[in-house]
Amino acid sequence: MSWLTRLWRRDQMDNMLDKELSDHIERHTNELIARGHMPEEARRLARLELGGPEQVKEQCRDERGTRWVEDLGQDTRYAMRMLRKNPGFAAVALLTLALGSGATTVMFTLVNGVLLKPLAYPEPERLVQLHRKIEQLGEPWGFSPPDFRDYRREASSVAKLAAWSWGGGTITGMGQAEYVDGREFSSDIFSVLGVPPVRGRAFTMEEERGGGAPVAIISYRLWQRLYGGSEDAIGKQLELDGVSRTIVGVTAAHFDPDGEIDGKGDVFIPLEQDPDTHMAGRSANFMHVLGRLEPGVTPAQANAELARIAKHMAEQYPDDAGVGAVAHPLQQDIVGKTGSTLWLLLGAVTLVLLIACVNVASLLLARAVSRERELAMRVALGAGRGRLIRQCLTESGILGLAGGLLGVVIAAAGVRPFLALWPGDLPRASDVQMDWRVLVAAIGVSVFCGLMFGLAPALRAPTKELEQKLRGGMRAVGDGSRRLHNGFVIAEIGLAVVLLVSAGMLGRTVLRLSTLDPGVRVENVLTARMSVSPTVLQNGAATRAAYMNAIDRARAVPGVEAAALTDIVPLGPGQNMEPYWASAAEPTASRMPLANGTTVTPDYLKVMGIPLRRGRFFTDNDDNEHPWVVVVDEVLAEHAFGSIDAAVGKQIHLPATGNTPFEIIGVVGHVRHGGLAGDDQLRVRDQLYTPFAQLPDRLMHLFSTFLSITVKTSGPPLAMVDSLRRELRGTGNDQVLYQVRTMEELVSASLATQKFLLALFGVFAGLALLLACIGIYGVMAYLTAQRVPEIGVRIALGATARNVMWMVLRQSLTLIFVGVAVGTVAALVAGRAMVHSVAGMQRVEAVSFFVMIPVLVGAAATASWIPARRASRTDPIRALRQE
Amino acid sequence: MTERDKSDLPQGTLDLLILKVVALGPVHGYAIAQRLQQTSRDVVQVRQGTLYPALHRLENRGVLAAEWRESETGREAKFYKLTRKGRALLETEAASWRRLSDAVGMILKLSEGGAE
Repeated sequence: MSWLTRLWRRDQMDNMLDKELSDHIERHTNELIARGHMPEEARRLARLELGGPEQVKEQCRDERGTRWVEDLGQDTRYAMRMLRKNPGFAAVALLTLALGSGATTVMFTLVNGVLLKPLAYPEPERLVQLHRKIEQLGEPWGFSPPDFRDYRREASSVAKLAAWSWGGGTITGMGQAEYVDGREFSSDIFSVLGVPPVRGRAFTMEEERGGGAPVAIISYRLWQRLYGGSEDAIGKQLELDGVSRTIVGVTAAHFDPDGEIDGKGDVFIPLEQDPDTHMAGRSANFMHVLGRLEPGVTPAQANAELARIAKHMAEQYPDDAGVGAVAHPLQQDIVGKTGSTLWLLLGAVTLVLLIACVNVASLLLARAVSRERELAMRVALGAGRGRLIRQCLTESGILGLAGGLLGVVIAAAGVRPFLALWPGDLPRASDVQMDWRVLVAAIGVSVFCGLMFGLAPALRAPTKELEQKLRGGMRAVGDGSRRLHNGFVIAEIGLAVVLLVSAGMLGRTVLRLSTLDPGVRVENVLTARMSVSPTVLQNGAATRAAYMNAIDRARAVPGVEAAALTDIVPLGPGQNMEPYWASAAEPTASRMPLANGTTVTPDYLKVMGIPLRRGRFFTDNDDNEHPWVVVVDEVLAEHAFGSIDAAVGKQIHLPATGNTPFEIIGVVGHVRHGGLAGDDQLRVRDQLYTPFAQLPDRLMHLFSTFLSITVKTSGPPLAMVDSLRRELRGTGNDQVLYQVRTMEELVSASLATQKFLLALFGVFAGLALLLACIGIYGVMAYLTAQRVPEIGVRIALGATARNVMWMVLRQSLTLIFVGVAVGTVAALVAGRAMVHSVAGMQRVEAVSFFVMIPVLVGAAATASWIPARRASRTDPIRALRQE
Repeated sequence: MTERDKSDLPQGTLDLLILKVVALGPVHGYAIAQRLQQTSRDVVQVRQGTLYPALHRLENRGVLAAEWRESETGREAKFYKLTRKGRALLETEAASWRRLSDAVGMILKLSEGGAE
């Protein structure tokens, strides 16, 4: 009979056992009678010889090996009964655990989806992103077309290399003209990622070269929207920026080469088809490069080879001196800085879960003490110590399991709403789902927590002095359990300190950052990307005229005070790194300082409210007919010339634009383009402005993909959007405004992550404070209740209410201060971790400790004041009678 | 005979004795107890209380098989018999017991010789 059958048929087996044993006794009795015993006597002797029938049966049952399952079932039923008998306790414990584990599960779901799950491409571990590394400036730089081609040819550790760059354009001829985001791709991108187009084909090498056939690939989404997913979309013509392109393919639905950064592209065209639109020299840096390593090659090996190639190229081309290339695993790059934010939040929420567990553990311990007699009774009746421990653990394990299951339900409902609150785009958001890993972790952790907090009460199952316990003389709490209670309070206070101080540090950071001057006046400023009519895009002069015309029209809209163009919106996405030099001799390319270059029209200063420090800003006269001029910011002026006064009138070279030097005509204030938090950490903080009117005609098409119109309004800027749209649509009704944002939005978005963290830490810290107060209240109330007879004696002997209160309060204050001390040390460590992972947080500040710790001490002391007061009102007569 | 003259069974021998008794033919628990007592001429005391757990353990290990059948009393009784596995076990256990007791006997003889 198998183990399972024995378990399943245990009733039947018990019956048979009964029958077997009674058969034995009957035979023995009969024999004894035959030998001359009286029947009564014979039956007694037979029973005696067999031993107690119940004990024999128990031993036989033990032999089945199914005992522990039966015990588990029994313990489970018992535990359920105990929980039902104490619904208040059960509800508090369950709710605490469910909230703690639910919040933790939500965070773990995010960590799992974003950080732990591999990317959804075939063999994702072979995918890398290449960064161009410039000696003094770090890694995050793009490649130039000739450099990319050289790496693609030379690197043998990389099986395939592909490049992409930003693109997009206005689609016309499909109803209302609309702007769609897009990318330019080299031919190999689909095979690098291992995601071939679902319809049609990828680009060919011929199409990738200058003058190749005008083709386009569209996204799955656009295919559905414009063509209803029809098969004959392939081969149709698509009017993009005035060029008619043949649709040759449709991408897979999950095709996403840049990890959902700044929205997905919808139209894809071959890279470099129109070489004039890009700067093609080796110093250009607009190409993002993805690669698939040869099987078995590690990124480190690939990097060694890339370094060799880079060295070779540096010897050949002066522009490549001091420039290298580094490969990073793609997943790491896509996740970027989000990783540390996620780990930080998971850490914080785990602290909350820990406090919740400690709380439940101290509740269970208090209950275990009051159940001491019951347990002693069981020992007296023959229960082994192991058996009692198992029973206690079953009870807390069930609590843990139920809390975990509830937590999973909470998390399942909470993940999506939480994602919606995430500031900006969470990379890989579509990969965030509950999967078996999350379930196993959530349930596993909860059951583990349950067993851990059941351990304390279980281990103190009585084995000694049973008699005393049974007699009910258990008034004083044993030293062991008091130490445990004290430990619980200290742990709760310590954990709460960590969360409170962290929240305090975040709060101070956000406060400090939001008082920083962004460098622009943010009130009533509207910015929007603008594409001009596709009919003019192939002609540089006409494109420029169309933009200038748009500015004039915007200015004429009632409520608009000023209007200007810019290629980079302050605090918005993107930046244009412009090498410059102002020294006597031209430095080598890798030593050349860099500035954030912005191309603007004369009213830009007025729209953005950037202060003019010295000299003058551009006028309408600064055009191609006049000498080339630039305006620099105070940071560049001091960096390159020592002071803002020294800069005006000096010459500056911008090698990307040619050999003619520019004259600096003015110095303006610095704009915190890197965000309120991030600007101080930028490697490149120099800023310079060039006039839109002096931009070469050949670059107009390129600039049209990122030009924005900015207007200063007299009233709420968003109210102006419709009239601006109408006014700027142009004669062909084909000019579009997109990515409409106010400067207020952009400035506050630059603090969004910090504010989001602050809100969550605030909630966590509040929860921690609440739980810690409940915990300390519970423990103190319990401990003082146990001391009632002692207090009664003290009062009877003349102690005043004040004495008694102080006695109780002193006990809890000691615990609180030990907890604060432990927590302070832990908070220092946690604070250091936060400084590393939160942009704009500068250092661990003592102020946060001084502000937050009194809050905690106050709350905890209030929580223990209630039991202290109750103790001080003890009626000595009644207390003594209780004994 | 007093209690003193009876010895407890060495560890593990009860199983061997049970196997040997059952090997003689299907038999129920009470008969096993009796036969053990008779054949060991009352020297070996098998407490009946330990017999049944041992029988059940052996049955669960697949060494013994049991079936209920009508006995001479006219009622059903549980009869044990050896399985193929049990027969093999009996042979190896018996052989190793014999080796052990021979060795112990030889050592005891040696020391007697040494005393002479």
